[in-house]
Amino acid sequence: MSSLLAFGLAKRAFDISPADIAVIFSVALATQWAMSTVFAIRFEAKSALITSLSLTLLLRAGPLWPLAAAAFIAISSKFLLRARGKHVFNPANIGIVATTLMTSAAWTTPGQWGAAMWLAALIAGAGSFVTWRASRLDVPLVFLGVFALLLFARAIWLGDPFSIPMLRLQNGALVLFAFFMISDPKTTPDGLIPRIAFAAGAALLAYILIFQFHRSDGLFYALAIACLIRPAFEFFDTAKRYQWREPPPAQSPANLVIPAE
Amino acid sequence: MKRSINRPVKRPLKKSLIAAASVMAALAATGGAFAFCGFYVAKADTKLFNKASKVVIMRDEDRTVITMSNDYQGSPKEFAMVVPVPVVLEEGQIHVTDNAIIDHLDAYTSPRLVEYFDEDPCTAYVYDEIMVTASRAPAAAAEKRRGDDALGVTVEAEYTVGEYDIQILSAKESGGLAVWLKQNGYKLPKGAEATLGSYIKQGTKFFVAKINLEEQAKTGLHYLRPLQIAFESPRFMLPIRLGTVNADGKQELFVFALTRNGRIETTNYRTVKLPTGMNIPTYVKDEFGDFYKAMFAEQVTRESENAVFLEYAWDMNWCDPCAADPLSNDELRELGAYWLDGENGTSKPFIRRRPPPPSGGAKDVFVTRLHVSYDAAHFPEDLMFKTTGDRENFQGRYVMRHPYKGDAQCDAAKDYRAGLPKRFEEEAQTLATLTGWDIDDIRTKMDDGGQGYVPPKKENWWEKLWRKDDKKG
Repeated sequence: MSSLLAFGLAKRAFDISPADIAVIFSVALATQWAMSTVFAIRFEAKSALITSLSLTLLLRAGPLWPLAAAAFIAISSKFLLRARGKHVFNPANIGIVATTLMTSAAWTTPGQWGAAMWLAALIAGAGSFVTWRASRLDVPLVFLGVFALLLFARAIWLGDPFSIPMLRLQNGALVLFAFFMISDPKTTPDGLIPRIAFAAGAALLAYILIFQFHRSDGLFYALAIACLIRPAFEFFDTAKRYQWREPPPAQSPANLVIPAE
Repeated sequence: MKRSINRPVKRPLKKSLIAAASVMAALAATGGAFAFCGFYVAKADTKLFNKASKVVIMRDEDRTVITMSNDYQGSPKEFAMVVPVPVVLEEGQIHVTDNAIIDHLDAYTSPRLVEYFDEDPCTAYVYDEIMVTASRAPAAAAEKRRGDDALGVTVEAEYTVGEYDIQILSAKESGGLAVWLKQNGYKLPKGAEATLGSYIKQGTKFFVAKINLEEQAKTGLHYLRPLQIAFESPRFMLPIRLGTVNADGKQELFVFALTRNGRIETTNYRTVKLPTGMNIPTYVKDEFGDFYKAMFAEQVTRESENAVFLEYAWDMNWCDPCAADPLSNDELRELGAYWLDGENGTSKPFIRRRPPPPSGGAKDVFVTRLHVSYDAAHFPEDLMFKTTGDRENFQGRYVMRHPYKGDAQCDAAKDYRAGLPKRFEEEAQTLATLTGWDIDDIRTKMDDGGQGYVPPKKENWWEKLWRKDDKKG
C-alpha cells in the first residue's frame, strides 16, 4: 500500500504535500498512543499506519486541520464507538465521512486515480494479496461483483454503451476502496453469509447514493451506513471473532490489539 | 485588439505577457459550429459538426446557471440545438446575454506567455513590468407544431427569449421524440436516438432552440448571443454525449466554473494540471497560439486522451500576472453569481489565505477553467463534476527570457554569456518535450531569432569506452 502511495505521488502528481502526510501520520499515531494509554492496552502502531495510508490516498484538504481532524476521528472512533466488542466504523472511512460532511475544506477526489485498467489491475492485485492474507477476499469481490452487476443492469436499462459501466468500474478510487477499505477484517462480519450480505448491501447503498442521490462520495457514505447497521447482521452471526493474531491469554480487552498486516 | 497595462513596479525583471487568446479563434475556426451538450441538426443536408465551445457554469449547492456561448457561424435558419435539462424551465429561468462577458472571462483565464528581459549582468536589476495580451477570438423562424400525443412527446413550455424560439419537451420514449424532432424540422444524426432514450429514462427534459428570424433581425447583430439557463439540480454535470453523436473528430470544450468554495474537478475522468511555469525560447512569442495548441495536443496524447485539463484556478479578486482585469460584480452576477450585490455591494466575508485584492470589495467567487478535447471513444459518459475546497491558485504560464544584448565586460558578464548556450539548449529541450516539435527545427528557429548556440554534440556510448588517445586498449 505504501508503494501505491509512492506510485500515486510519482505518476499521478497528487496534490498532497509532505506536510499533509506528516500531519495525518503523526496525529493518527499520537491518538493511537493516547487512547491505548487511556484504555490501558498495549500500543500497536500498525493499524494506525494503515488508516493513515488510506487517508493519505483518499482524502484531500486545503488547510492541514481537516486532515488532522480526520486522523483523530478515525483512530478515536475505534476506541469510543464500539458495539458487541468491535468498533462500529471503519476508521479511515468514518474519518473521511465526518470531515467531508463537517467542512467544505476537505474533499475526496474520485476521479484523481483515473480510469486506467492497468492501474486498477495493479491495485486489485496488491489488494487481493493483502485481503487474502487477512482471509477477507470475499468482501471486495462480492462488493465489486454486485456493484458491477448494478452498473451493467443500469446500462442495459438505459440503452447505454457498456463503455460507461466499464469506465466507472476501472475507476482507481473504487478499486482502492473495495480492496483496502471495505475489506478491513475488524469492521466486517465474521461469518461468511453475514459478510456477503454486508458487502452486497454496501454495494447497493453505494449505487443508490451515487445514481439516485448524485453523491460523488457515495462509496464512503455507503460504507459508513453499512457499518452502522452491521451489528444487526452480526446478531445472528455465530462465527468466531476475527483476530489479527492469536488472542493473548487475557481475553477481555484483547481484541483491541489490532492489525498485524 | 491589443491591450497594454502598465502596472506598478513589482517584479525583479522586465516582463511582458501575451495571452493565448487567439488560440480559441484557431480552435473554433475549424468547426464554425457551437454545441457542447446539444447537437447540431440541420434542416438541409449541410454537414454540420461541433468543434469548439465555451460554457460557463455557476454552481452553489444545487443552484446552477449555465451560459452557453454560441460560435455558430452558419445561416440562422439552419441553427437548431437540443440540450438535455433536468427540469422544465420557466421563462424567467432562460436568458440571453452578451458575448463580451464570456470573452472577458476567457481573456482573464487564458494561458499566458510572460516575457522577461535579462538586465546587464554587471549592474543591479531595474524593476519594471509591461503586459500585453492578445485579442480575443472574434465573437463568433421556426415552424411550430404541437407534439403528437401518440408520439409521447409533450411540449411543456414555449417561449421566445431574445432571438431564440425555445421549447421544453418531455418524452416517454426516444422513438417518439425522434419522430417529433424530425417532423419539426430537426435532422437527427445516426445514433442519437439511443442517447436520447438514455436521457428520457433518467427523467431528463429537453430544451430545444431555433432562431426567430424576426427577433434576430431586431437585435441588429450578425452573431447569435449566448443562451443562459438557471435551475436547481443535485446533479452537477454537463451533458456532452449528444454532442459526440454527429461530431466529426474531436471537439474542444472550455468549461469556466464560478463557485464560492473552490476549484471544480471531474469525478469520472481525471483532472490534470496543464504543465506550467516552463522557460521556452523567445521565438515562441510570435507563434504562441500554435505553441499552445501543439502543447495541449501533446498533453492530451500523453494522458491517453481521456483527461480533463485544468488551465486556470483563481480567486476572482485578483490575478498575477493579469491577462485581463478580473470581472466586475455586474458581469459575475450576469453569469449567475447571485450572491453578489452589484458593483458597490458587499458579500459574505470569509477567511482568505491569499493577499487581498488590489482594489474593490471581496467577490467571493472562485473561477476554474477546464479544457477538454473529447470524442465518444474516450469520453463515453457525460462530464460529472464536484466542487472541491481547493482554493490554491493555478495558471497556465510560460516564460520567455530575452538574453542581455548589451556590451558588458565584467567577470559576471563572462559567466553569464558562457551560461547562455546551456540555457538555450534547456529551453529547446523543454519546448520539444512540451509540444512534440522537432528539436532541430526548434534550434534552427532559435538561431534565426537571435538565440543561436552550438548544440552539444551527441556522444555515442562507445566513444566514452575507448578514448581516442587509448587506441591500443
